[in-house]
Amino acid sequence: MPSGKKPYFGILVFPGTNCEMDCYHVLKNLLKVDCKYIWHKETKDDEINAIVIPGGFSYGDYLRSGAVAKFSPIMSFVRDFAQKGGLVIGICNGFQILLEENLLPGAMLRNNTLKFICKYVNLRVEDTNNPFTSGYKAEEIIKMPIRHNEGNYYIDSKGLKKLKENNQILLKYCDDKGNVNSSTNPNGSIENIAGICNEKRNVFGLMPHPEASSEKILGSDDGLKIFQSILRIGRI
Amino acid sequence: MFDVEKEYKKLGLKDNEFLKIKEYLGRKPNYLELSIYSVMWSEHCSYKSSRALLKNFKTTGKYVLQGPGENAGILDIGDNQAIVFKMESHNHPSAVEPYQGAATGIGGIIRDIFAMGARPICSLNSLRFGKLYDDEHQKYLFEMVVKGIGDYGNCMGIPTVGGEVYFDDTYKGNCLVNAMSVGIAQKDKLIKSKAFGTGNFLVLIGSSTGRDGIHGATFASDELNEESEERRPSVQVGDPFMEKVVLEVCLELLDKKMILGLQDMGAAGITSSSVEMASKGNVGLDIDVAAVPLREASMVPYEIMISESQERMLALVEPSKLSGVKAVCDKWNINCERIGIVTDNGLYRIFKGKELLGKIPVKTLTDEAPVYHHEYEKPKYIDNTTSFSLTGSDYTDLLKKYSHDEILKKMISSPNICSKKWVWEQYDHMVQTNTALLPGHDSAVIRIKNTDKAIAFSCDGNGRYCYLDPYKGAIIAVAETTRNLACCGAMPIGLTDCLNYGNPEKPGIFWQFKNSIDGIIKACEELDVPVISGNVSFYNESFGKAIYPTPIIGTAGLIANIKNLTGMDFKDEGDRIILLGGSSKENDSENDGIGGSEFLELFFDKVAGRCPDISLEYEKKLDNFCIDLINNGLIKSAHDVSTGGIAVTIAECCLSGKKGAKINIFGEASGLLKYLYNENQSRIVISASKSDLKLIEDKCRRNNLKFKEIGIVGGESLIINNEINIDIIEITELYNGSIERIMSR
Repeated sequence: MPSGKKPYFGILVFPGTNCEMDCYHVLKNLLKVDCKYIWHKETKDDEINAIVIPGGFSYGDYLRSGAVAKFSPIMSFVRDFAQKGGLVIGICNGFQILLEENLLPGAMLRNNTLKFICKYVNLRVEDTNNPFTSGYKAEEIIKMPIRHNEGNYYIDSKGLKKLKENNQILLKYCDDKGNVNSSTNPNGSIENIAGICNEKRNVFGLMPHPEASSEKILGSDDGLKIFQSILRIGRI
Repeated sequence: MFDVEKEYKKLGLKDNEFLKIKEYLGRKPNYLELSIYSVMWSEHCSYKSSRALLKNFKTTGKYVLQGPGENAGILDIGDNQAIVFKMESHNHPSAVEPYQGAATGIGGIIRDIFAMGARPICSLNSLRFGKLYDDEHQKYLFEMVVKGIGDYGNCMGIPTVGGEVYFDDTYKGNCLVNAMSVGIAQKDKLIKSKAFGTGNFLVLIGSSTGRDGIHGATFASDELNEESEERRPSVQVGDPFMEKVVLEVCLELLDKKMILGLQDMGAAGITSSSVEMASKGNVGLDIDVAAVPLREASMVPYEIMISESQERMLALVEPSKLSGVKAVCDKWNINCERIGIVTDNGLYRIFKGKELLGKIPVKTLTDEAPVYHHEYEKPKYIDNTTSFSLTGSDYTDLLKKYSHDEILKKMISSPNICSKKWVWEQYDHMVQTNTALLPGHDSAVIRIKNTDKAIAFSCDGNGRYCYLDPYKGAIIAVAETTRNLACCGAMPIGLTDCLNYGNPEKPGIFWQFKNSIDGIIKACEELDVPVISGNVSFYNESFGKAIYPTPIIGTAGLIANIKNLTGMDFKDEGDRIILLGGSSKENDSENDGIGGSEFLELFFDKVAGRCPDISLEYEKKLDNFCIDLINNGLIKSAHDVSTGGIAVTIAECCLSGKKGAKINIFGEASGLLKYLYNENQSRIVISASKSDLKLIEDKCRRNNLKFKEIGIVGGESLIINNEINIDIIEITELYNGSIERIMSR
């Protein structure tokens, strides 16, 4: 976020997006931060200084998750915004859109279970030196739900090597002890990857839903720290 | 082109009905008019066999804003908020095309909810299939129905938070898919479906109309047989993305006060939705089929009129608002066409441009449709099943075959008892971030943001009990839901029902129907829960054999303060385990609670005996008492005793809390089986701190409720007397993994 400006989140809404109100609730009601919805047909917005691409089924996920959304008018703005260093977080379908848009490397395959999966999972925080997970302790084990058909992240070996070298892997699926292996991998994702950022560390995509785990009554409030991290380190 | 004299039977109309149509019109109908009568007078749309009986339901109460008769019922939950809900069946379509059948069933019930101006906040479902073991077709049906429900609800962003699934071969040829959806609305933004105001427009919003689902309503009103497979084209195809867009459009239109009325297009498509709007408003309508956006240009008028293409809504719009409505639809890129206009002549007229194609008095399609009072007679099987009971040697022989440990393990692995995790993990049950109790507890609990309130829902119905005694079985179905709610601290405020039966023209079936209606009426009165919406599904037969009578009840409860929320999981080592309630007739050999039980079916392959007794007065006292304990923070967990009996109940409390328990029950080895697995009613297992025990016991005494301390929470195993000792990890694996193991076999 440009310094000196109050945090102001823009939450993108495509036809079929369905987690926008959940993100709004966390930002507005829990964290008391300004935010607004941005309809996908908009071409720019001068007020906001952070972008959330929420989960859902943009365009019904027809063709391929996120594949149609990338042609929406707002996406060229998102591209520019990210290139200028603006903070962008894509959750679930938002992550898929960021991959389709090439703002993040890799691609998403269908879950290797061949089923939609909705359940709480444990995640290990792999890196805290970024604006999105800085509020966690290194290697902290946190609990968030996943809710997707296509969360089986894939990247070729060259790309994976690069992700590792630059510490771009932020979250990995694990068990409650922090063990990362095939038995703690819910969807077949390569090396249990659940969330990554770009090389410049201002674009973050993750399959788990932090907005759905920001209050104890929902089973976990571990997700809240993602948003708090953005507010804290977000150069405000 | 068609000779109507030859065609009416093919459309499902009876001789006397055809005569009546000619009498109403004063002439022979043309094929279009005949088609319209056939769908409007189908059992599915007209409720001609059930209407006379359903009138007797208790439908009013202090929370009721809207009872049966609208797209869905409405309850007032205070703070200018209302909840809207209804349950509906989609059995026949699911039996022939499980994925689309289930998906469009969900789509249909969700449209009913937002047609009232409410945002859908959760769904539940009750499913019935044949047994899964070694039956690939049943596995296929189960798998595809669950996928259909999941894909539709997940894409819509509406959490599927609860429900129930049972497997019994009575449903082998005719599975049941009953879906319930719930919405929330500002009270002052609710809208109804009646058409009014001569000159106002009817505007079709949503999908184009295709040839899918033609005569679906007629199909739903017939038994299934060899030819049913050919009815696949009668099953509609769902597009949840389109429905999500239609939902947002309708809510935006309501928000901007651009529409005067809203109606979902379900069975019988444009015909039934527009006729119902006209009938409710006592007005006439002119419909222009040429204005309907089509998928196939060659569609003829009767096809357009009765197509059941999904994701369409009909809105009543003032002429001056039409351009505003179109602008909202354009924003979302969906169809918006004026297809009709309100008139004052009481006639339903169908035009193609200027050409008049048909003319029918509106009321002859609705209020003046035939009503049947079918004959009924107690079926012969009842006397045989009632006289059955297990003998002492049956129990001792069973214990020679299996140990107590083995029997309990088999019970908790039974698909009728084990965790339905395999199902709900395929449903997004968390979107909208209000799910306060994850699936697997007695009720689904949805918190209301920015308040202390929550609403809870429970779906239940026991076909076996209703088969043995439809009156008692129906009472138990209602009582089971209120008890489930009570276990979460929720006061029941209203219910919806989905009544699934065989062919009502058979006297034995109609007897089952009539008796279960009487049971629901009785239970609703005594438990003080009104019926606010519902659905009847007849002709659930395959090859002449009817399913067990299966009324499904979906009840809503109100939780005053969510901070008291209680689940079924045991919480702390050393807590005391108490059995609350229970009848005084537990040792009655006539009515031992084994009749119709899972135990009897699983080990003796029998659905027989007497349905358990229930006292509604006692039930109500017990439910209120449990809610009171929860509100006062006196108990740490509560779980009702139902299918499988008390041993299963305790095992579930253990595994969900990851705690062992040591239980002491008095009784001999063979008497122990009866004690552990009977399904006697009105019982709740609670746990509480030792220090609160005395207080709870005193309160129980004062309320004349039975109180029995049966054990203590702790350890790594479930131990019952000296007979059962099973590690909690083993119990959990059996219970959680059972369906997955069967499905992957």
